[in-house]
Amino acid sequence: MAGATRKQPMFLERESYRRRRLGDAARLVPFTGLVLLLLSGLWTTTAGAMIYIFVVWAILIVVIGVLSVRLMPLTEDSDEAEPSVPPER
Amino acid sequence: MTDKRVLLIEDEPNIIEAIRFILSRDGWRVDTHSDGKTALDAIRTREPDLVILDVMLPNKSGYDILNELRETQDVGNTPVLMLTARGQKKDRELAERLGASRFMTKPFSNGEILSTVRELVG
Amino acid sequence: MSFNLLVTICLLYVVVLFAFAFWADKRAAAGRVGWLNSPLIYTLSLSIYCTAWTFYGAVGYAARSGMEFVTIYLGPTLVMVGWWVLLRRLVRIGRTQRITSIADLISSRFGKSNMLGVLVTLLAVVATTPYIALQLQSVTLSFNVFATTPGANLNQTAFVVAVGLAAFTILFGTRNLDVNAHHHGVVMAIAVEAVVKLIALLAVGIFVVFILAGGPGPMLDVIAASPIAEQTIRPERWTVLIGLSAMAFICLPRMFQVMVVENSDERHLATASWAFPLYLFLMSLFVLPIAAVGLNVLPAGSNPDLFVLTLPLEFDRNTLAMLAFLGGFSSATSMVIVAAIAVATMVSNHIVMPIWLSRQQGGATVSGDVRHVVITSRRLSIAALLALGYMYYVYSGGSGALAAIGLIAFTGMAQVLPALVGGIFWRGATRTGAAAGLTVGFAIWLWSSFLPSFGDASLIPASVYAEGPFGLSYLRPQALFGIEGLDPLVHAVFWSLLLNTAAFCLFSLLSFPSPLERLQGAAFVNVFRYSESAPGWTGGAAEAEDLLMMSQRIIGASEAQALFAEEAKAQGKLGYLPDVTPAFLEGLERKLAGSVGAATAHAMLMQITGGVTVSVEDLMRVADEAQQILEYSNQLEAKSQELGRTAQQLQEANEKLVALSVQKDGFLSQISHELRTPMTSIRSFSEILMRGETMAPEERQRYSQIIHDEAIRLTRLLDDLLDLSVLENGQVTLNNGEVQLDAILDRAIAATEQPDGVLTISRDRMREAISLYTDSDRLAQVFINLISNVQKYCDADDPELRIEVGDNGSRKIVDFIDNGSGVSAEAESVIFEKFSRGTDHRAAGGAGLGLAICREIMKRLGGDISYVSGQSGAAFRVTLPAAQAAAA
Repeated sequence: MAGATRKQPMFLERESYRRRRLGDAARLVPFTGLVLLLLSGLWTTTAGAMIYIFVVWAILIVVIGVLSVRLMPLTEDSDEAEPSVPPER
Repeated sequence: MTDKRVLLIEDEPNIIEAIRFILSRDGWRVDTHSDGKTALDAIRTREPDLVILDVMLPNKSGYDILNELRETQDVGNTPVLMLTARGQKKDRELAERLGASRFMTKPFSNGEILSTVRELVG
Repeated sequence: MSFNLLVTICLLYVVVLFAFAFWADKRAAAGRVGWLNSPLIYTLSLSIYCTAWTFYGAVGYAARSGMEFVTIYLGPTLVMVGWWVLLRRLVRIGRTQRITSIADLISSRFGKSNMLGVLVTLLAVVATTPYIALQLQSVTLSFNVFATTPGANLNQTAFVVAVGLAAFTILFGTRNLDVNAHHHGVVMAIAVEAVVKLIALLAVGIFVVFILAGGPGPMLDVIAASPIAEQTIRPERWTVLIGLSAMAFICLPRMFQVMVVENSDERHLATASWAFPLYLFLMSLFVLPIAAVGLNVLPAGSNPDLFVLTLPLEFDRNTLAMLAFLGGFSSATSMVIVAAIAVATMVSNHIVMPIWLSRQQGGATVSGDVRHVVITSRRLSIAALLALGYMYYVYSGGSGALAAIGLIAFTGMAQVLPALVGGIFWRGATRTGAAAGLTVGFAIWLWSSFLPSFGDASLIPASVYAEGPFGLSYLRPQALFGIEGLDPLVHAVFWSLLLNTAAFCLFSLLSFPSPLERLQGAAFVNVFRYSESAPGWTGGAAEAEDLLMMSQRIIGASEAQALFAEEAKAQGKLGYLPDVTPAFLEGLERKLAGSVGAATAHAMLMQITGGVTVSVEDLMRVADEAQQILEYSNQLEAKSQELGRTAQQLQEANEKLVALSVQKDGFLSQISHELRTPMTSIRSFSEILMRGETMAPEERQRYSQIIHDEAIRLTRLLDDLLDLSVLENGQVTLNNGEVQLDAILDRAIAATEQPDGVLTISRDRMREAISLYTDSDRLAQVFINLISNVQKYCDADDPELRIEVGDNGSRKIVDFIDNGSGVSAEAESVIFEKFSRGTDHRAAGGAGLGLAICREIMKRLGGDISYVSGQSGAAFRVTLPAAQAAAA
């Protein structure tokens, strides 16, 4: 990826590699959540749908809670190593 | 000592004359040769006890002659006294590396050359 | 419970809120922000998403459509759990660019364009109005539940509520003269309200589930037995609503206000990412049970939107009902306050200020505090907004279901999303594209969603619904392009966002952004790479004093003076006025933007500085990454080529130096040799003579002669060396004069004449009769040298020398040709070099400098000397000096 072309080394140290993947995981959460929530339509009873939705909801809260606590040190620092958007053109 | 022979390879006639005078007074037999190209042959045929070799010779340098001499059978170990008018340090080093027994810079004192010759052959 | 008690409690509650807000503002003013600035407060302030619509309406929604109500919370949940993707970026941009509102963000991103700011502001006003109406409606309805006299004038109640809210908001939201600061008081108040409404709803929920239904198990049975048990999820609405609520969560002016503008620490977002979904989770947990129980217990025809209130009242739980009422009241007031502040900021920054600014005669430099203008315009905007809300409420007849009104507002604000997301992720997004997208989306929303919301026939005649305007059936509001049968909401969302996005992309692709737009685009898209915004100020003839005057009016005298003094100090200047550097202007603009918005701040500074120019350097930063990398590597390549060339030059210079050094070494070595050789003879023979050794007198004579000859040889060598040195250094002075060539030759021959006279010289005196203008001594020296060379080196038995004069075109030449064996080919090339003697140098009796000297002399005289090969013997050709060579 183009991010490796400038002064960044080709391979990151283990720790920063882990943190990057942590960010990737955080990016995946909303999309996973969306897919799971769109599946709610499969329940035919309101009570069933309600239970399913609240369980998914709770899981999302716990997962992002765990991820966010670990991502917190990464915020505020402006030196996000990885460009989240690939260079254009 | 009369049978000791020196071969002087030098092209300056005045210097030849001076060295011949100095050594023959001391009882040495002095042969001379003044061409570089044929100098080695002269050494082989005359088999001197000592070679006094000038560096700047017509057609072939004294260093080349010395180098070839040291690789020659029979006469390869003949002591060689190098004479040169180029007094630089590297000339001396080159001469020593090529196997010169002694190295003297012109102008030399007569006593010095005589004692050196005696030392090398004695 | 009496209506008056209710009003009293309401007023008391407001006073408590006021106290909280006042206390928070005091604390903040004293600099003790402390936990006011905590992730908890931030999370709670986000809860203004949950309005009265949520509080009351969700239950009604659930009673009508089952689980569908939850989509309104699921969208924001997904946005929050996806904070790493979008919100983090948005918050960072908001902070670095000092964004004051969503209109400001769009305006700032697309080149600080006020046109876009106005567009988004209009959209926000139009979309917020029904929302405020919704709050008025819910508060009014809830009041009415408690009213002793049924059928009280609803509109009157709504009016009182609107006025009360306006006063409340103005007091809270614009109390601060410093319009730039965070609204600590307001945030504190809405945090308290967030807690109140959560507790209220949870209390009602627990009451319903555990007391009315008898626990979670029986509760599920009640749900299963209720009319909503078989309400299946409609996939298209389900999907659209989740998406719509997610978009609205980002774009709603009030959400943007608390989430981005009031954010003071990005880490709060990390906490809110799980805490806010948890809040929403709790808020919606009991909605369905309340709805099911309400439908089950309350008489048929009861308004399900009020179950939260009517259920406790039905069972005479007055305190719980009161708590529920306060919860609903909190929801409504907090929404109205923040929404009004947010929209008023937009109106003031993007509509009022620009107009005011353009109407000022002296531009931005006139004296007077601008802040009162800002504050006044905001207060007026708040009042106007509530008035609009009230009017909407009256017009729409207060009849529509709460949820429907809320969704209309959502759809309206969601029109900003394409420009927003495109603006922060896509550099190619342009102002034209954003304007096109917003306009198209706005128009479709108005037509297909907003106007129909006033009731089926109030604004749009029924015939238009059926046949389209002017009979254009493909423009029917709820069946655009002839596609019928879609749910009206899905229809409106689908068409407005689709065409909005399409127009945005298409016009972005087709248009070309201005430099400032590109700068801002780069700063937004790459906010994590360089957090500093791209500078927009270069040059300009702004006077620091003018700037100070203007800044005082916007941010207040003391703060402005402090800012300027600080900058002056940073620049190392005495006094209070700094130099107007681009960096200072950039910082000042952002500071001002925090008060009046980017576009206005930019415009004001532009009035003073006389325009903005974007330097090439700035554009370099805009150039996309690939370009930058390319340039970088090109530079590198150029540098390395340059280095390579330099290295080569160095190498060449070094080689030359080495060659020179070798030459010098060789020369010194040669000189040493040439000097030592005669000295050797001299020393040896003088020692021999000194020792007084016995020798023949003739021997002694001969040795003395050798010493003498060698001494002369040394002298000659030194003479030659000096001569050559003088010639080479160009220090020679020529004694030019009119001379005859034959005379010079005569002189040379005479000088070289040897007693034994073996050399035969043949001449052609006729041709030698040439008069020259030259240095006769030097020319003679050359000839002498040539003749003596023949004497020394000619190896013929009867040496002969022919001296021939001819001409070589325009030049006269003199050839010296002997009858010897000549010079070998390899010697020929070096014959004129120093110390390059023929084989038998002893015979030469010289140092081998003769020909080198000749060459130097001829060069000085303006002629030349060369060796001519292929003659009968050695042949030297002297080319005589040109200009003065004339036939006699």
